[in-house]
Amino acid sequence: MKLLKLLLIIIIFIINFTKVNSVENNDDLVNKISKNIRCLICQGQSIYDSQSDFSISMRLLIRQKLAEGKSEKEIYGFLKDKYGQWISYEPEFNKKTIILWILPILLFIIGGAIILNKLFVKKY
Amino acid sequence: MKNKILFIALLLFISFCLVVFFKSLNNSNVYIPDTPNKTVKEFKSKSLFSEDEISSEKILVNSDYYILNIWSSWCGPCRREHPKLMELSQNPSVKLIGINYRDNPKNAKNFIKKFGNPFSFIFVDTNGVISIELGAYGVPETIVLNKDKKIIKKFVGYLDDKSFKELNFILK
Amino acid sequence: MIANQIGYYSLTLGLIFSITIIPILVKNYNQHTQIIDKRIFSISFFQFFFVLVSFFGLVISFINSDFSNETVYNNSHTTKPIFYKISGTWGNHEGSLLLWLLVLTFFIFLFLIKSKEQPKKYRILTVIFQQIIIIGFFLFVLITSNPFNYLFPIPKEGLGLNPILQDPALAIHPPILYLGFVGSSIIFSSSLAAIVHRYISKNWAYHIKSWILISWFFLTIGILLGSIWAYYELGWGGFWFWDPVENVSLMPWLSLTALLHCILVLQKKTALTSWTIILSISTFILSVSGTFLVRSGILNSVHTFANDPERGLFILFFLFFLIFLSLIIFSIFNKNKSNNEFIKFNLISKETSILINNWFIMYFLSVVIIGTLYPIFLEVLTNEKISVGPPFYIKLILPFLIPFLIFMSIVPYLKWVKSEFIKVNVELILLFVLCLIISFLIFKYFGFESLIISILTPFTFYLFLTTIKDFLSKNQKNFAQKISHFGFSFLILSILLNSIFSSEVIVNLKEGEKFSFKGGTIIFNSLEENNGKNYKSIIGNFEINDNKNYSIKLKPELRIYNQPSIITSEADIKTSLFNDKFLVMNSVKNREYFNVRYQVKSFMIWIWISALILAIGGLFSLKKKLYEK
Repeated sequence: MKLLKLLLIIIIFIINFTKVNSVENNDDLVNKISKNIRCLICQGQSIYDSQSDFSISMRLLIRQKLAEGKSEKEIYGFLKDKYGQWISYEPEFNKKTIILWILPILLFIIGGAIILNKLFVKKY
Repeated sequence: MKNKILFIALLLFISFCLVVFFKSLNNSNVYIPDTPNKTVKEFKSKSLFSEDEISSEKILVNSDYYILNIWSSWCGPCRREHPKLMELSQNPSVKLIGINYRDNPKNAKNFIKKFGNPFSFIFVDTNGVISIELGAYGVPETIVLNKDKKIIKKFVGYLDDKSFKELNFILK
Repeated sequence: MIANQIGYYSLTLGLIFSITIIPILVKNYNQHTQIIDKRIFSISFFQFFFVLVSFFGLVISFINSDFSNETVYNNSHTTKPIFYKISGTWGNHEGSLLLWLLVLTFFIFLFLIKSKEQPKKYRILTVIFQQIIIIGFFLFVLITSNPFNYLFPIPKEGLGLNPILQDPALAIHPPILYLGFVGSSIIFSSSLAAIVHRYISKNWAYHIKSWILISWFFLTIGILLGSIWAYYELGWGGFWFWDPVENVSLMPWLSLTALLHCILVLQKKTALTSWTIILSISTFILSVSGTFLVRSGILNSVHTFANDPERGLFILFFLFFLIFLSLIIFSIFNKNKSNNEFIKFNLISKETSILINNWFIMYFLSVVIIGTLYPIFLEVLTNEKISVGPPFYIKLILPFLIPFLIFMSIVPYLKWVKSEFIKVNVELILLFVLCLIISFLIFKYFGFESLIISILTPFTFYLFLTTIKDFLSKNQKNFAQKISHFGFSFLILSILLNSIFSSEVIVNLKEGEKFSFKGGTIIFNSLEENNGKNYKSIIGNFEINDNKNYSIKLKPELRIYNQPSIITSEADIKTSLFNDKFLVMNSVKNREYFNVRYQVKSFMIWIWISALILAIGGLFSLKKKLYEK
């Protein structure tokens, strides 16, 4: 039963990270990207939420780039290139952030192991 | 025995966390993005004093150093650093170019008339997109380029005495 | 002026009491009598009393706009409405710390008078540990964050409070939240006392359950209020942003929820003792860590208080002092607990399901902690700054939510302590098929969301329906649990449907213009100007016509405050059972035209109601327990 659940989790996890293509128009795309970009002069707001000059300019810039035919990924890349990783709300998956992404899952597995140990190993 | 190891490991880990938090308390919160050796891409805009659109390629020529200064008439710190810009404009190896950020042209012209024009050319950036393309995010910002138009230094915010000294040192 | 003096000296008196009680506690501890020294009761009472007086001193200073007080000067203004003058008392760093002290001292006094059947030594130890915390906070306030600092010459006007904070939900949000956060201090102190006294037993669990329920209830409501405020006030229709400060309130909540489940096991059977203690300690430690992160200036968030490294330093060291203290006490006194742990759980039993429940909750907790703290560690170690925002949390939490929901659906069908096999119920299978059909219809009509959401949906429905089924079943046992679980499933469902069905339109409009979109038309009829109490208001008269020619009027507002000089945007929200219609406008180019955001947020009200139901379940459990006595 537990093994089944573990398998289920793994399958779901893999599915989670596969991208699904859906048709989005430019407006929706601007909003979608804006929600993931930090407003650099605000305290903890995305450029979607903020009405600061910087945010308005950024949204305009994103719209321009989309009109030029750049893809979502390219735009994120362009912005991260200019402003550093900090501007994107989704951390990358690279050498420096591998612990960030893996650690919770690692802890989950360790937790599972401890529980299994408790349930199946006889103590005297 | 296992418990002892666990205890010591926990102790070490917690101490490590303490040190990290302690250090992070002392870190400054101002974020200055690292832009190692990026070349400024071409941009086009009209000047503050004429309606013709000109490309940056035509302006960023014939100088050892270029300084792009992003300013606005409504920005207080820009007013404060203006005298330093006037001083900079006397430096023959430097071409000082202004980018008027999200401003009303009349107010901008008045500002220049009142306080002097240190710029050999002023681009108009009405919606802020040019500044963002340069990697700036507010006013004032000062970007130093070498003669190949590579960004060698960025000053975010008002040019205080320390930054100004540093700027002059770079220009030697 | 006098209120100031009284406030300050009361606080100092409180500190004196908090210190003088210690030797009396120690002496009483060593005495053979089973009775607690009456002086302990009275000193504990006076400690609370003087903090209360001090607190009122500050409130009065705020009401009187006494700007000789630095805190009042920084955070108030003569034109503020009186309700917000009062709530301004705790809407700032110094005042909120007084609130901390208030709850700390009140709860320990309450604990003393409500724990008469408990062993004397255990009670005294609890008070001692709590006093350590109280003294720490007294020192913190008096040394680094004195709410009664003098200003001379006395300014004529204050610097005003941020108008965004002038909101009823936000006004009561801190006191309620603190009852939760700070309330967990009792759980902390009492569990440390219980370890030392070797009193971790069914009796202790039964007794501490009330405190856990109280803390949990207020923490849930506190977080709910914060979300409600964010939704109505911040103007962009979101209610949770995975903002560091929000996360910081979620962490103790998760830990407390796990603890609540553990205590339900411990009160019937001596099992999971060490783990329960670890959770008890962690909850309060997470609360104090949260306080540290929010006030030290380390985090970048909309919610942060003013940064002050000196204060950060104090809390940092105090926090780690508490952590080291707990660690040492735990390791010294928790020695022979393994004897009790050797009871092997039946594979399919309540204990196992609580273990699994905790397993998942700890996973969610670790995601939140790691996501919030990782940037800090990375920056210190590698000087690189990264952001961890909603995409991270959603990607890591959602997949695990699915097995969690499945698990929750199955659990009620297990019996307490012993159980055979899960009886496969035809009814259950039919219910699940129904959920698959509903989900399929949703996606057929509304379009395919991400794969993960598609899988999540039928299971969310399934949990929802099974909790309703439990509710209606003849068996009236565990009524409180059923309410809370129903509330939880309903909450997840509401949030899910909200994210699938909500839509929005953003457009720039001039007065008189209209805009057509897929769902209808937005008409910007006119602008009107008004004067409010301490602001000038500009109201946009909008009309939204949908495709069936049903029209509603919405009037979002821009407020121009004078002190401090801020412009806020107030959304107009029309709530119905099925959705909220949400309109907000912002001025662009000096009111030449307006950026208009129209959102249809589905099932919004059910998010609030379900969270409330979740909390009420806790209240029922508390009522039942107090009634039983």
